[in-house]
Amino acid sequence: MRITQGTFSYLPDLADEEIRGQIEYIIKNGWAVSIEYTDDPSPYNVYWNMWGLPMFDLEDAAAAMYEFQKCREAFPNHYIKINGYDPSPMWQAQRVSFIAHRPKKEPGFRLHRQLWSDGRRLKYTLEPYVTMRLEGERYQE
Amino acid sequence: MATGYAGKGKYSKAGVLEYKQMGYWDPDYEPKDTDTIALFRVTPQPGVEPEEAAAAVAGESSTATWTVVWTDRLTYLDRYRAKAFRVEPVPGNPEQYFAWIAYDLALFEEGSIANMTSSIIGNVFGFKALKALRLEDLRIPVAYLKTFKGAPHGIPVERDMLNKYGRPLLGATVKPKLGLSGRNYGRVVYEALAGGLDFTKDDENINSQPFMRWRDRFLYAQEAVMKAEQVTGERKGHYMNVTAATMEDVYERLEFAKEIGSIIVMVDLTMGYTALQSVSNWCHKNGMILHLHRASHATFTRQKNHGINFRVLAKWMRMLGVDHIHAGTAVGKLEGDPNLVRGYYDILREQYVKADPVKGIYFDQDWAYLPAVMPVASGGIHAGQMHLLLSLFGDDVVLQFGGGTIGHPMGIQAGATANRVALEAMVKARNEGRDILAEGPEILKKAAQHSPALAAALDTWGSVTFDFASTDTPDVLPTPTS
Repeated sequence: MRITQGTFSYLPDLADEEIRGQIEYIIKNGWAVSIEYTDDPSPYNVYWNMWGLPMFDLEDAAAAMYEFQKCREAFPNHYIKINGYDPSPMWQAQRVSFIAHRPKKEPGFRLHRQLWSDGRRLKYTLEPYVTMRLEGERYQE
Repeated sequence: MATGYAGKGKYSKAGVLEYKQMGYWDPDYEPKDTDTIALFRVTPQPGVEPEEAAAAVAGESSTATWTVVWTDRLTYLDRYRAKAFRVEPVPGNPEQYFAWIAYDLALFEEGSIANMTSSIIGNVFGFKALKALRLEDLRIPVAYLKTFKGAPHGIPVERDMLNKYGRPLLGATVKPKLGLSGRNYGRVVYEALAGGLDFTKDDENINSQPFMRWRDRFLYAQEAVMKAEQVTGERKGHYMNVTAATMEDVYERLEFAKEIGSIIVMVDLTMGYTALQSVSNWCHKNGMILHLHRASHATFTRQKNHGINFRVLAKWMRMLGVDHIHAGTAVGKLEGDPNLVRGYYDILREQYVKADPVKGIYFDQDWAYLPAVMPVASGGIHAGQMHLLLSLFGDDVVLQFGGGTIGHPMGIQAGATANRVALEAMVKARNEGRDILAEGPEILKKAAQHSPALAAALDTWGSVTFDFASTDTPDVLPTPTS
């Protein structure tokens, strides 16, 4: 399967030049660039690991691209996303988020259904298959 | 009133005064910051002068009755009397006048849209001295806004809940609207969400009919939502319509939607303002996103000479507190002049809205930190219009492709995928600085090279447009610059 979180997951994987283009868009809007990675891609996993601090006040995409590439070298089998954060008064929230790198194989999720005692209702648990294994040992070709 | 305006001696009976003379017309009045100001489009009966018509509207929407009553003297009438303070002819329409009317803060119950509407649009629209009357815009003072909580979440918080940023959200209404069993209905939900949409939606008239009871629908829809999350790894939602005959039924459906894990519920405008506000409170308490379908609005918002402009309804709904509201597409099958629709979107999304008559906005409006509402564009839109939709509405909108998903020749999943691919390709191009209005069709064609689903959608609907003149249009046209 292919996890389709983030904005460009329905397009072919972005090349570095295309990733740079999106980082430039973030910077042009005056937003901060941040890089996050994880090997627990549950849609309910809000807090991915931060690759350093968000980069405020960037003037061009070079530094952010450098950090992204360092992160990819360190975690070639993780998901890496790039975010744009808008600190302006009415937002104070993310404005951009896309997956810029992903593991080659994505085993997907287990959906566990548990019948409640009454009324045909089910309790659902959604879990990435890989989280059965320890953090850091999950995506190995 | 039958005696009043019928003949020459308008107020011939003893004790009947002109509204103007009763203090409802005051051209020297300076509105206070705490006043609500209404702009009405007034079409007086022949022989009724515009100032008198405006004064009558002020009177009938506040304290007045058709005759003088001595008990007025027991009150400080000047506070409770609405004041018409300005009248202007409507450009290009000799029958109609704009009338500005101010209402004191004391006139409205705190936090009650039902009360504000009972005052301002309660009685006056059937008044015989007027041929027609339309409420065009309303300036709501910060002092009154602060008595409302507004949307349960608002746009940034909803995006955090969904973990989706930097693009419009995608939805579809399940079709056919009526007749599907719960199990078949859930199939449509699953296919659309698994194919790439973020939301599916009950239609306004899907409540709990004999062919599909609400409880079955909710259970099958939630199964479909969870299964779609499994195959995509993304958050998904189905707007569960909780509209019902009584509030007891509504609360039962809300509680059930919460228990089975839905992230969003929906209501129809037909429930009425009090019921909507109760549901909004419930959603505040229970962390549920609230979607409003504006069912019935066009019965009173569409005609230009009579009723309420949708922008006023949009303001009331932002105060009353919904997270989503349908606000038009401009390019789809339903009524909506593009400038006016943009105005509605501004009213719902911006924190401070500047007056802009081209967009039909007559007042500056400070929203006093009330959360922004996500507009929903729904009705006759398709993937081939993605460049138009994105440049008109930007990122913070739900684009709902019902027919444009479910009618896809390769199936519902393919229909959903076509929309998502078209959207992401267009967002990417816009972010790269390309002129998507000019290059849109080219961008779509290129994206279709790696997406057979999009290629088929463009083949099927690429040339469909709904090109009819709007019934409701701005009274001011943009002045061409050089």
